[in-house]
Amino acid sequence: MTPSIAIPAVASASARSPAKAARPGYRLSGGRVLHSEWAKLWSLRSTWITLGLAVLFLVAFGLLAAVEYKSRISSGQHIDADFATATAVSLSLFGTNFAQLALGVLGVLVTAGEYSTGMIRSTLIAVPRRLPVLWSKSAVFGVVALVVATAGAVITFLLTSGILAGTPGALTMWNPGVLRCLLGAGIYLGLVGVIGTALGVLLRSVAGGISVLVGTLMLVPGLISLLPSAWHNNISPYLPTNAGESMFALHHAPHTLAPPAGFAVLLGWTALILGGAAYRLVYTDA
Amino acid sequence: MIEAHQLTKRYGQKTAVDRLDFVVQPGAVTGFLGPNGAGKSTTMRMIVGLDAPTSGSVSVNGRRYAAHSAPLQEVGALLEAKSVHPGRSAFDHLMALAYTHGISRRRVNRVIELTGLQSVANKRAGAFSLGMGQRLGIAAALLADPATIMLDEPVNGLDPEGVLWIRNLLTGLAAEGRTVFVSSHLISEMALVADHLIIIGRGRLLADTTVQDLVRQAGGDSVKVATADPGRLREVLAGPGVEISGQAGSEELQVTGISPRTIGLAAAEHGIPLFELTATTVSLEQAFMALTRHAVEYHGSATGIEIAGRTA
Repeated sequence: MTPSIAIPAVASASARSPAKAARPGYRLSGGRVLHSEWAKLWSLRSTWITLGLAVLFLVAFGLLAAVEYKSRISSGQHIDADFATATAVSLSLFGTNFAQLALGVLGVLVTAGEYSTGMIRSTLIAVPRRLPVLWSKSAVFGVVALVVATAGAVITFLLTSGILAGTPGALTMWNPGVLRCLLGAGIYLGLVGVIGTALGVLLRSVAGGISVLVGTLMLVPGLISLLPSAWHNNISPYLPTNAGESMFALHHAPHTLAPPAGFAVLLGWTALILGGAAYRLVYTDA
Repeated sequence: MIEAHQLTKRYGQKTAVDRLDFVVQPGAVTGFLGPNGAGKSTTMRMIVGLDAPTSGSVSVNGRRYAAHSAPLQEVGALLEAKSVHPGRSAFDHLMALAYTHGISRRRVNRVIELTGLQSVANKRAGAFSLGMGQRLGIAAALLADPATIMLDEPVNGLDPEGVLWIRNLLTGLAAEGRTVFVSSHLISEMALVADHLIIIGRGRLLADTTVQDLVRQAGGDSVKVATADPGRLREVLAGPGVEISGQAGSEELQVTGISPRTIGLAAAEHGIPLFELTATTVSLEQAFMALTRHAVEYHGSATGIEIAGRTA
């Protein structure tokens, strides 16, 4: 007899809230936010264009540098100091300076672009705890930039090796330090991408983010060099760009950091800016 | 269900939302009314956690919005400002939101169908008309089949067909037992769909009422009568619940509490000639204006005194 009592009770409960009974079990999670950010990145044309530009800069400038080096060596012209110490590694990574701009700017666009278009409101309504958005955007874009940049560096090195065969700068992939340099350049560019995304969240403005990024990467090192040399030598190795460059320098030059130290310093800068971005994201109205 | 308790938002010196207390009940459409700048959008932004209250609190289905395990399933929101990346297609936009909650591609296609966006789903959202953009916003709001739907000025920029569609959608959602909270600065639009009204002005709660009560409070239905003998007609009509007003020396009277029919019969019975007998309804706009005007006077007391002094 008990079922006959239970059935009407269940029926009346479900009649009261039909929507609730049939509701699927959706759930917000960190992994899903990561998936969402991955989908967001690839569903914009600007991503494809800018990543393409970054690879183009890496390959084209690397090849140009190698061709120039080869023609000077073989024609027996005067060779300036920069070229005299050049290797297949330094020549093939000549485009890093330009690629960092493309990747850094795309990083800024990934986050600040949401603020300028209003997309950030949709994003933060879906993920109201907010921080998973910052971690996911940084992780997704950092890894994409790292993979693209490393691939670009390896391709460029293979191409330039062919050109440089028989010159004093020739190296193969298996010479000591070569792989470390190519991967180091990839990691450097990946972290520049993360710095870009963090700056976008920190400043909430595409123009502001790009300005600060370019200023930090390209102008500050120049300004520091105006300081008295004793100061300059102490400060300059710790700047993000110089710390990063030590990660993909084949030979350890004076007044530069060792590769692991350079990596650590660049990580520190990245963490600092990410921390600022996290603070602004959580404590300021969207 | 949305519950606001002493909800307050201040921007520096300016108070946008001032100690609001209200409850939005499920199973009904609740209109959120107020003149532009009354604090409607700020209140809605606080409900979904985009803005943090300066003091007080607001909860959705018993908890802070961000504390829910599937926030999109609790509240589906359409905000007034555009919240879409113009470079992404409508489908990709909805899919990106769907991924955060594990919502299926089938459900995304379902809301695209529901909002009539099938033919433009793969176009860039930046190329959308205002009406299409509004539909995309509503598709996003309905995505996770939410228990509460909150729309900020949803009929803005829609053509008559779109307005009708929204009206039917809102009443349909409320009939399914959901909480529907819709803002507007047009009371005439709200009167057609809302069962309940929450009216604010300058961030303060002015009324938490129904459409009928609002009209009744503002003076209700009255009858305009013009007669040759207003003095006698007053005597004839006088009774409990009947209010009669009119200026001395004028043929016109304003009568509330009885119908034109009763007035006409009474006048005929006593042989009082009538020239005019018109039922006048206080329009919702008038009732609304009366309420919000009061708010302006209440808050701007300094300027109010100055103006009063000048006119006196």
